[in-house]
Amino acid sequence: MQWETVIGLEVHVQLATRSKIFSGASTAFGAEPNSQACAVDLGLPGVLPVLNEAAVAMAVQFGLGIHAEIPEVSVFDRKNYFYPDLPKGYQTSQMYHPIVGPGEVEITLEDGATKRIRVHHAHLEEDAGKSLHEDFHGMTGIDLNRAGTPLLEIVSEPDMRSAKEAAAYLKAIHSIVTYLGISDGNMAEGSMRCDVNVSVRPRGQANFGTRAEIKNVNSFRFVERAIAFEVERQIELLEDGGEVVQETRLFDPERDETRSMRTKEQANDYRYFPCPDLLPVVLDRAYVDHLRDTLPELPADKRARFQDELGLSAYDAGVLSASREMAEYFEAVKEACCDAKLAANWVQGELSGALNREGLPIQDSPVSATQLGGLIARVMDDTINGKAAKQVFQALWNGEGGGDANSADEVIEAKGLKQVTDTGAIEAMIDQVIADSPAQVAQYRDAEPEKRGKMIGYFVGQVMKASRGTANPQQVNALLKEKLDALC
Amino acid sequence: MHDKTLTELAAGLATGEFSSRELTQALLARIERLDGDLNSFISVTAEQALAAADRADAARAAGNAGPLTGVPLALKDIFCTEGVKTSAGSRMLDNFIAPYDATVVEKLKAAGTVSLGKTNMDEFAMGSSNENSFFGPVKNPWDRDAVPGGSSGGSAAAVAAGLVPAAMGTDTGGSIRQPAAFCGITGLKPTYGRVSRYGIIAYASSLDQAGPMARTAEDCARLLTAIAGHDLRDSTSVARGVPDYTEELDAPLAGLKIGLPREYFGEGLDPAVEGAVREAIRVYESLGATVREVSLPHTHYAIPAYYVIAPAEASSNLSRYDGVRFGHRCEAPADLTDLYKRSRAEGFGEEVKRRILMGTHTLSEGFFDAYYKKAQQVRRLIRQDFLDAFDEVDVLMGPASPTPAFDLGAKKDPVSMYLQDIYTIAINLAGIPGISVPAGFVGGRPAEGRPVGLQILGTHFAEARLLNVAHQFQQATDWHLRRPALAEETL
Amino acid sequence: MALEHADVLRAAHLARLGLDDDEAAHYLDDLGRILAMVDQLQTLDTEGVAPLAHPLETTQRLRADEVTETDQRDRFQRCAPAVEQGLYLVPRVVE
Repeated sequence: MQWETVIGLEVHVQLATRSKIFSGASTAFGAEPNSQACAVDLGLPGVLPVLNEAAVAMAVQFGLGIHAEIPEVSVFDRKNYFYPDLPKGYQTSQMYHPIVGPGEVEITLEDGATKRIRVHHAHLEEDAGKSLHEDFHGMTGIDLNRAGTPLLEIVSEPDMRSAKEAAAYLKAIHSIVTYLGISDGNMAEGSMRCDVNVSVRPRGQANFGTRAEIKNVNSFRFVERAIAFEVERQIELLEDGGEVVQETRLFDPERDETRSMRTKEQANDYRYFPCPDLLPVVLDRAYVDHLRDTLPELPADKRARFQDELGLSAYDAGVLSASREMAEYFEAVKEACCDAKLAANWVQGELSGALNREGLPIQDSPVSATQLGGLIARVMDDTINGKAAKQVFQALWNGEGGGDANSADEVIEAKGLKQVTDTGAIEAMIDQVIADSPAQVAQYRDAEPEKRGKMIGYFVGQVMKASRGTANPQQVNALLKEKLDALC
Repeated sequence: MHDKTLTELAAGLATGEFSSRELTQALLARIERLDGDLNSFISVTAEQALAAADRADAARAAGNAGPLTGVPLALKDIFCTEGVKTSAGSRMLDNFIAPYDATVVEKLKAAGTVSLGKTNMDEFAMGSSNENSFFGPVKNPWDRDAVPGGSSGGSAAAVAAGLVPAAMGTDTGGSIRQPAAFCGITGLKPTYGRVSRYGIIAYASSLDQAGPMARTAEDCARLLTAIAGHDLRDSTSVARGVPDYTEELDAPLAGLKIGLPREYFGEGLDPAVEGAVREAIRVYESLGATVREVSLPHTHYAIPAYYVIAPAEASSNLSRYDGVRFGHRCEAPADLTDLYKRSRAEGFGEEVKRRILMGTHTLSEGFFDAYYKKAQQVRRLIRQDFLDAFDEVDVLMGPASPTPAFDLGAKKDPVSMYLQDIYTIAINLAGIPGISVPAGFVGGRPAEGRPVGLQILGTHFAEARLLNVAHQFQQATDWHLRRPALAEETL
Repeated sequence: MALEHADVLRAAHLARLGLDDDEAAHYLDDLGRILAMVDQLQTLDTEGVAPLAHPLETTQRLRADEVTETDQRDRFQRCAPAVEQGLYLVPRVVE
């Protein structure tokens, strides 16, 4: 039987506010345990929540970024359950009237095709604390620093049909929230986490199969692996005549498998009801319009502009707009050198290669965008040739040259890499090489004319070496051919 | 000094007739002498009180005294008070030393008042008799066999007994007005949102409201002026200016339109109580007011709606008492569930458990619409009843309670206890202000009998009018000046 | 809506209240009578009436995104039953 996979994602994004969603405690990561858990976060008797404006603004910005409806009124509800990392015994969330209504996210697949994934809604809620299972005499330690950190939970429709689509969706969400600057998107620190709903059905069947929810999948790679495992498990189960049980499963990246969380709390009843300590949030149109007007350009728009206005290929436009940092870097290089295609080639070629080798993100690149732009400008005006340009790049990478746009010029000057275009000087070097290479000249002369083209490479190399790489390669080629052919 | 009103004591302090320290010492001694039997205090904070009194005297000497500087009072043990046990009448919080001050406490401290201690109450403010306190019942100073009412029973009894001139209470379904009525004092529940709830241990968040309990409306006006106002830490507090509530006290009542809700004079009302209330209304007529009957047609749905909404909110509000960060924790829990279940079973009393179970049940899957949503719809209808009535009249009047204080231990059945709040509970659902003022005595056993409270209701934010109407009554009557003859004094 | 013993046990578990069978039976009786009183609500037609969550229909005020709280861990943990290295301790949580 042919099976079709159906996937929906619930992505939790920690919003980059300074203070918590309902209190004035800091949200900074990595503080001493419980040093950033204030009276409100601890749920001390008598405390009350007050909503953070920035959390609201960020949620609305996200909504606008996915062209979602922004309802005028949203309401906070309490989700009641007991867990030690949940101080009040309820999580303040939005069950019935979320702040962001239906929207959609465009994803780009590997073959360059795009697909729209519908977002059911996105709502604001508070994060829980953390349980630390190191051994405290057989006890668990609770750190509530994270409790009350604002989360935006983005709930998709079950529109994805493969693990790759799910990963692409997660990347698209990541890129939107980082473009907007509403989250650092740091998955390693838990700033973005996701629950995956997976089911399979015979191809052509209209109804969805029974789904399993895989909790807390915390990297792009794990999303693909967890889905791949889960799909295989479900298909195997069904083909063996079994049934998929609706349940919550946990992905174990070490064993590369999902397993059932058979806790006693399978059948929970969260008893949602409107939080009486908070009032309905009413967003007036002027506020939403202001946020809309100040929204930065988002990845999909940027990608389109890179193609339409800068003439980049779909692939290049996709890569260069994938993250805000990448796009900002590329646009700064383009600005400095005035050639989009060369800028695109350098950013994706030499620069990305070097960054990958060192494992550095683009924002930590030792070569700044203005430096790289300055370098490319020198290639464009023939001051240096391509080979020298790579040397200059390496020098800039190693911190040579000043910090500004003239860095490349300084390196070129210091290393004497300026391209030699004086015909007389090049001819002199060619004559010397020919004189020093009688055997090769003889071979060249004896060769079939159609094989000579290949053999000229040796002489070019020697001349370039003699010029320490500074001779203009096109000129060297042309003059060499002229002089060697004259000898035949 | 214990017979004086807060207003009189403030005047005595201002003229230097006595110092705050002298006054504080005198009242502390009185508490020491009388409260062993009454049990109106859970904690007496003598040391902090004397220090505060000294600060008040120093401030006065330096010319920095305000209208309440040096005035002693007490706080219901539901207001978080930094460095002082704040128990909410529960074993759960018997060991809880609050690490911060409630906004009301902060404001009272800033005004220079001197807190003598924390008063007894029904556990987590759930009760109408003060019999649900982990720290034992409170006796009614007028009759030791009677309850003081609840849940602010300790505050009411302490004021009635002259242990303090005033005390702070909270009112979720009548918990200021009913004990004020039972103890023959004046108690005001302000409009929901008028006084900050920050730092008040929550029972039912959409109903809870703090207010003053004192001898006179004038005293209440002074205290409300000090505690009211918008609080950035309470989203439900209202951003609205606070007037000086004493300013309108003397406004004449000629032309005042009084409505008598037909439903507040029906079946179940003790005839003697009705007689006292009707007599009080005649006093108003003599002051120039006109009286007409009005209807609040959804009155009989108020108790059912309340017993859905309040327990639902409470079941969630009380989930934080889990034995992890504060409060009672059971010995040697076997596992996490055992920690929760035993800590909570041991920490909470019977009525609290009953309401938690009730609220948990009505919120659970399959019941939400039939109970919670329905109750909220009814809540709107109840509020509309009041708004419609206030289109026609300025204030509503009726009894604060269908009976005078009942005997300790008399009401064993929870439902019959709940029905006691028939005249007070709808006011919280509607969020309007209400005040109870002494309006006579019934029963005649012992000497005076048991007090009756007249309840006066106004529309949202009509506190100034309510206080004016109550004050004018107290200018024309002397019920509020009667004092119980306490056993120790008659000996 | 009749209440059953199992409903009481279920609510007790959801609310993490330890109850033995006798207590559950006692609460079943109480809650049954309270619910019978509450069921009067069902006699009222509320078709089309919007639920009222707050007595004053005002809207949420927003707080500026500023860090206003300082570390008061020691003070807050003074009332905690069990702490170690700044962490609240609970019986081992099994995932």
